[in-house]
Amino acid sequence: MSSVAVTAQTAGRGAARAAAKRRRRVPIGGSARRAGRLTYFLLAAVLLISIFPLYYTLLLGSSDPVSIAQNPVPQWLPDLSLFQQFQTVITDSNINFWKALWNSTLIGVLSSVSVVFFSTLAGYSFAKLNFRGRGPLLVFVIATMAVPVQLGIIPLYILMSEIGWYGQVQAVIVPGLVTAFGVFWMTQYLSEALPYELIEAARVDGASMFRTFWSVAMPAALPAAAMLGLFQFVQQWTNFFWPSIILTSENPTLPLVVQSLRDNYFVDYSLVMGGVFLVTLPLLVLFFFIGRQLVAGIMAGAVKG
Amino acid sequence: MALLSPTKPAHARGGTDRPPRRVGFSQRLGRLDVKVSPYLYISPFFLLFAVVGLFPLAYTAVVSVYEWNLLGGQGEFVGMQNYIDVLGQPTFWKSVVNTFSIFLFSSVPQVIMAITIAALLDQNLRAATFWRMGVLVPFIVAPVAISMIFGRLFADQYGFINELLGIIGVDPVAWHGDRLASHFAIATMVNYRWTGYNTLIFLAAMQAVPRDLYEAAVIDGAGRVRQFFSVTVPQIRATVIFVVITSTVGGMQIFDEVRMYDAGGLGGPDRDWMTTVVYLYDVAWGNQKNFGRAAAVAWLLFLIIVAVGMVNFLMTQRIATAGPKGAKVSRRHTKRLMAEARAAAARGETPTPSATPGGAPGIQPGSPPPPPSIPPTSSTGSPDTNHGEDAR
Repeated sequence: MSSVAVTAQTAGRGAARAAAKRRRRVPIGGSARRAGRLTYFLLAAVLLISIFPLYYTLLLGSSDPVSIAQNPVPQWLPDLSLFQQFQTVITDSNINFWKALWNSTLIGVLSSVSVVFFSTLAGYSFAKLNFRGRGPLLVFVIATMAVPVQLGIIPLYILMSEIGWYGQVQAVIVPGLVTAFGVFWMTQYLSEALPYELIEAARVDGASMFRTFWSVAMPAALPAAAMLGLFQFVQQWTNFFWPSIILTSENPTLPLVVQSLRDNYFVDYSLVMGGVFLVTLPLLVLFFFIGRQLVAGIMAGAVKG
Repeated sequence: MALLSPTKPAHARGGTDRPPRRVGFSQRLGRLDVKVSPYLYISPFFLLFAVVGLFPLAYTAVVSVYEWNLLGGQGEFVGMQNYIDVLGQPTFWKSVVNTFSIFLFSSVPQVIMAITIAALLDQNLRAATFWRMGVLVPFIVAPVAISMIFGRLFADQYGFINELLGIIGVDPVAWHGDRLASHFAIATMVNYRWTGYNTLIFLAAMQAVPRDLYEAAVIDGAGRVRQFFSVTVPQIRATVIFVVITSTVGGMQIFDEVRMYDAGGLGGPDRDWMTTVVYLYDVAWGNQKNFGRAAAVAWLLFLIIVAVGMVNFLMTQRIATAGPKGAKVSRRHTKRLMAEARAAAARGETPTPSATPGGAPGIQPGSPPPPPSIPPTSSTGSPDTNHGEDAR
């Protein structure tokens, strides 16, 4: 994908299209092999296993605690009583569902925008600009990717309590503003996807350094930035460890809602499962629209990673 | 610097129509721009990361040598006492064993499954994107939600999994009672979420394998399975190492799944499935509310992760240099090439091997490609040395 992108920039779009076509026409090899029926059967099985737990959640949510306690599969199809569970979860004053939805959205959006912007900025600098200490600093970034920074959780908690952020969403937002992975990712991408000629042309035209970044590097970084943003959003949306420590059930995120449901209604499985599905639903809907890009992004990053 | 600049071009004032002052100023500013900008651009990351990432990690060491409580705050300096206390608690050791056990249940099957599914996807599929999206669905489900769902699937009584086992005649398993069974259940949740993600990473690596290697393998008479083990697996080894190392760092820090697996969320009444991170949480915010000891746990876990990472790295390095998988095809191929060459030499011709790139599957990234043809005089001992490597 990336080499086609480079071709597009160096030799024009037509050449890129021709190159992509040529690649697709290669006769023998793993991916040119026609898949047999067994392959489809196995993949269908994998898909079934991926989907079934979510479907099972719907089944339990449509049922009632008594029949759940006595049947492994209380019913085979979900029904409308599911919406009763949804309503209970949404309106329960112990759960604070809307607040959680708002907090999760806020954290997810702010964190992804910030990670994308700062990572692109730093990645552009590492990939395309010359400065003293570039090599060692980049090695430092890569090394921190392997360090489990989550283990610094106790001083982080002390710090956040000191400045009065206990129970506040900014205590979750601020630690998620930058990631080493993001910087590494954008460095990798920009060093391949952004030709020096474009930067030079902008400089010769009299653009300042920041202007060059903004109007040349940013647009070139867009595909990788989209993937990074999505990835960060999913990470934040599903994050539990730190929020469960620094936030309270009065001001929760969606994963904390799951915990509240467990704590308040552990035996009422149908209500808990209804809530679990409700918490998962927003990302499921989002995945329906952006899953394609997420897949492409993970695969594009993997080759270089 | 900027203050001085307007005065300087005054010397250059000499009647030419070169515009003075302004250019000098903006040039200097421009040079400053070029010099400072790179640092300016990377500074937000480093500043923020230092505050929320590195400082807390380093300060953990400070907290760990003090008496420090959730409520009372910083107390007296106690030296290594917290470490001694932690190492003396059987629950700590139990949690370490649990962590490793769950990690083994999750990492090994996960890599094998991911590679297998990736091989299935690495074919000319109809609706390829659909299948790829399908394997990624679990990735967007929060681990806490997965844990609640699988907690029901793995219910001890009338659970779905036990029911399935009953169909094939296996007695119900106490998923929330038996230690090893609970580890398996928790590892299953981790596998559920991450297998698809790793599948895509392997798939990307597989699609980057040069197609002429498969071509060569086909000419050499390798079937699909043989192609998979002798071409695909050696070629994606770097990715395997990458995935193993990243899943190690993650696998040592399992928390969400355990917290939601039962009502208490602390690894059961006997702490049979309490991981070290959950233990850390329990020490700091649960029963003991002892930050000093929890910080000691954090540092010990940090050391364990680094040690495991090193072992991992060394092991994978060794596999990478030994490369036993690749040798098989090339040995056989070498034999055939040499037989041909000898026959040719006997006939007094120049050797013309039938499949020149055939040795390619044996190539490791970074090692020189095998010579396309082998002179008849080249040692007869070479297959034997290869053989020895296989045995190892």
